[in-house]
Amino acid sequence: MFGIETLSGSSYATAIVGIVLVEAMVLYVGYGTLTRLAGPEIMARMRGD
Amino acid sequence: MEILGISVLLIGLFVGFGVLIGILFGFFGMGGSFLVTPALLIMGYPARVAVGSGMAFVFGTSVIATLKHRDLGQVDYKLGVLMIIGTATGIEVGKEIVLHLEELGLAGNIISITYVLLLGGIGLFVTYEALKGDGDGGIEHDPDADVDAEAIPDIAKKIQSYRVPPMMTLRGGIQVSLWMILAVAFATGLLSGFLGVGGGFIRMPALFYLIGVPVPIAVGTDLFEIMFSGGIGSFLYAQSGGVDLSIVAPLLAGSALGARVGSAATSIVDESEIKVYFGAMLLIGAIAVATRQVGDAVGIEILDVVSMVLILGAALLVSGAVVYSSIVSIRSEPHDERPSTPAD
Repeated sequence: MFGIETLSGSSYATAIVGIVLVEAMVLYVGYGTLTRLAGPEIMARMRGD
Repeated sequence: MEILGISVLLIGLFVGFGVLIGILFGFFGMGGSFLVTPALLIMGYPARVAVGSGMAFVFGTSVIATLKHRDLGQVDYKLGVLMIIGTATGIEVGKEIVLHLEELGLAGNIISITYVLLLGGIGLFVTYEALKGDGDGGIEHDPDADVDAEAIPDIAKKIQSYRVPPMMTLRGGIQVSLWMILAVAFATGLLSGFLGVGGGFIRMPALFYLIGVPVPIAVGTDLFEIMFSGGIGSFLYAQSGGVDLSIVAPLLAGSALGARVGSAATSIVDESEIKVYFGAMLLIGAIAVATRQVGDAVGIEILDVVSMVLILGAALLVSGAVVYSSIVSIRSEPHDERPSTPAD
């Protein structure tokens, strides 16, 4: 998966940690953008405006 | 239909489970390995994969939650680095004790009993403190504001009174001896290494009750530390193939959303409302671990399932309480105090 099967030991582990880190950063930025775009509407609905 | 080698249904289950855990993790700074690893074990994954994937998930979630708390100004980096030093030393000593106990054939039982007593003890203490509180203890929104002396727990005041130089000034103007910080970090690391858990449920209350750090900063700083310990742990397990990305990736996708909700809720929800649930969750966790131990000892497999239902039920209850309290708080805000943008 993700083309890292050929790696072994420390290289494989570094790649795994790197993938998780990159996914975390992408999700943080992605959900952040989504929150900014859809947030005001969701908040307004929650307040019952 | 399969994606990344697992069924879409299972991916959906992992994403949903991730949301639940993310809310708890973002709000309390704990609840990752404590929930994920037992769930994966019950789903039939080998222990190495369950622990390793759980740790990689905790690493990813803590990165996201730490970034969120950093944006809210709720990470004390100086305290975080000091805690990492003390905790790392404690973990090493804890591991050595486990190895010694393994040689004596006593490790399993002693670790389980300690885990139940600790989880139950902290749960009882937090619940008692929350119930005896005066109920007006909302979270201080300005992380740099000086801490109200009355808001500092008695034990923390006692620890702060030992003015052994060098003294460290922490966020909120708290002054504590460096040695006291290292001692608390060492003690929590020792328990973490001894019990083989991330230690958020030990460290977060320790930062608040023993050092007197305000809860939001205790949570943010704890997450900062988990980011390092989770990263190192993931690396070590991944070396032997213990991290399964088909588990970690969907869990993380769900928890990233949940962590955003949980972190934002720390600035909205009245802390005293949630502390009771937090204590109750720890107590139920202790009962769940005890139930599983009894099941293993007497060979009743159904008790494993009962244990898992207890843990998941408690997690669902508390994350639901966080979301519900947030919505109630937002709805009860006067119009002129309402933010123009969401509390992200």
